[in-house]
Amino acid sequence: MSTPAPVIETQGLTKRYGAFTAVDDLTLRIHAGEVFGLLGPNGSGKTTTILMLLGLTEPTSGTARVLGEDPARNPLAVKRRVGYLPDSVGFYDELTAVENLAYTARLNGLRGREADQRIDDVLDRMGLADVAHKPVGTFSRGMKQRLGLAEILLKQPQVAILDEPTAGLDPHAAHEFLDLIRGLRADGLTVLLSSHLLHQVQAVCDRVGLFNKGKMVLEGTVEDLARRVLGGAYRISVEVTGDDNLEAALAGLPGVVRVRRERPGLYTLDTQADMRGEVARRIATTRANLLGITITQPSLDEVYEKYFRVSAA
Amino acid sequence: MIRREGTPQREGSPWTGLWAVVVKEMADHLSSPRMRVLEGLILLTAIGTVYLAIQNIRQTIGEDPFLFLRLFTTATEPLNYSFVAFMGFLIPLTAIALGFDAINGEYNRRTLSRVLAQPIYRDALLLGKFLGALFTLTITLAGLWLLVTGLGIYRLGVIPSGEEVARSLLFLLATVAYAAIWLALAMMFSVRFRQPATSAMAAMAVWLFFAVFWDIIVRIVAGIVRPVQYGFGEEQLAQAQLQLALSRLSPNTLYAEMILAFLNPQVRALGPVLLTQLEGAILGTPLPLSQSLLLVWPQLTGLTAAVLILFAATYVNFQRQEVRA
Repeated sequence: MSTPAPVIETQGLTKRYGAFTAVDDLTLRIHAGEVFGLLGPNGSGKTTTILMLLGLTEPTSGTARVLGEDPARNPLAVKRRVGYLPDSVGFYDELTAVENLAYTARLNGLRGREADQRIDDVLDRMGLADVAHKPVGTFSRGMKQRLGLAEILLKQPQVAILDEPTAGLDPHAAHEFLDLIRGLRADGLTVLLSSHLLHQVQAVCDRVGLFNKGKMVLEGTVEDLARRVLGGAYRISVEVTGDDNLEAALAGLPGVVRVRRERPGLYTLDTQADMRGEVARRIATTRANLLGITITQPSLDEVYEKYFRVSAA
Repeated sequence: MIRREGTPQREGSPWTGLWAVVVKEMADHLSSPRMRVLEGLILLTAIGTVYLAIQNIRQTIGEDPFLFLRLFTTATEPLNYSFVAFMGFLIPLTAIALGFDAINGEYNRRTLSRVLAQPIYRDALLLGKFLGALFTLTITLAGLWLLVTGLGIYRLGVIPSGEEVARSLLFLLATVAYAAIWLALAMMFSVRFRQPATSAMAAMAVWLFFAVFWDIIVRIVAGIVRPVQYGFGEEQLAQAQLQLALSRLSPNTLYAEMILAFLNPQVRALGPVLLTQLEGAILGTPLPLSQSLLLVWPQLTGLTAAVLILFAATYVNFQRQEVRA
């Protein structure tokens, strides 16, 4: 059986503004039900890519396909089935949440009782039912962001595109919002999100693409990237007392990429697999006393940092 | 069909969602404090001028076949301005107030990308905003027209004739066309300038230019290009004709001429008239409506054409703009 056609597919997608290349020869495939993260610093071409996928800006060259449609040629068909939450989304401040969504509903050709029902449902789901009839001008950043997500759900799309969804949110609101994004995946939506806050989106993305200067320089799962860039995908912290000279012993284990002594009694190991058992057994052969052993996955921040330090050098 | 490679044809109607935008814009305008203030201002001046006009008409004019039209054009102490003169001043102001932040306001509220991510084209947004504001103006002006007419019937005790109604309705149409040009101009600046204050100032500057300076400039230019050196009639005629042609580049002149022809049936020509042309004419007799309409048909179409040109320029400018704020 052949794999189903990707939901989002680009082929050599390029956007130039004069001499400046915002997006450079991007080839991307996102499959149904995936949460894909476009990650990179501000100005690296993430938003331009998104606008091209929605037909809001025309590519200089290359093609894009969203749900089988060309956004440059048939943007209405794409926008009918794709929900978009722009970077720092704005609403009509003097209108209430319900009125704002009612306008969106009408623009989507929804009206009457069905529209009212859907608006109630999505506001309820986003936890905004209490403030449904308050002017949006009184909303906090996090509430506006949730209203933006409610607007996406209103049109019952197959794809949700979120641009910097957690930027400007306090940690608690950001955490809540990430939970809502997980909810979208549970509904079977394909989600494309862009962010420069790597550690926040790391937790929700199935796959990520790292952007730099208009190019997608790395792509894969977080573990994948960590293995490729850092050499090890796992990080094991070991706390011991007694014999404090274990570097050689631990480095000798097959599968250990690197050993660092952080401070007396604390070692950090980069490994290619979860090797807590082997590490513990090895320490048991020495005279040291094992106090604790924990495993953490390296963060995307580190991957990013390392990658660009290496490529800049 | 010939299609250039690399420039894909759009699919789907550009008018999808147009009425949703129109309805939203009208609801916004009709409930906005900005519009309320202007409506109050217009209402006050309308009642003031028409009330004074009624008093004047009752005192002075006994027998006038177009008594009703005098309501619009009579200027009396202490205001010294007629209803139409005030409208010529307030309507550009209102139209600019409705249009100056049409597009840049959406940018600044960061709503543009969200709205354009809905299944509509930019065409629908731009035209919807224009029509929404124009319908708002039309509703206001039609309400005003009914008010003036009602006040006239009530205070004068005279029922307007069919022709008077037709003439004042044409005056209403001319006023809407005049409002449309300032609206189109304000919207053009709202696309061109990112700051609403800048676009408002630019639109007001154009209006001020035509209202105050254009006449002076026209007189100077006509005096230089077609000087009256020897005092011949030909020289004077040539200067007057050039002056008229230049002043007609201003929408204010076009509007004033339309008012003149619609509300004063006695007016039979809008430019310099030679004595030979008046041969056989009975001076002071009113023209039939069809002839008055014929007289200012070029003005009406000219004004409409100017609206279309301004809107087209706005459209091209808006289509080329980037969505991201």
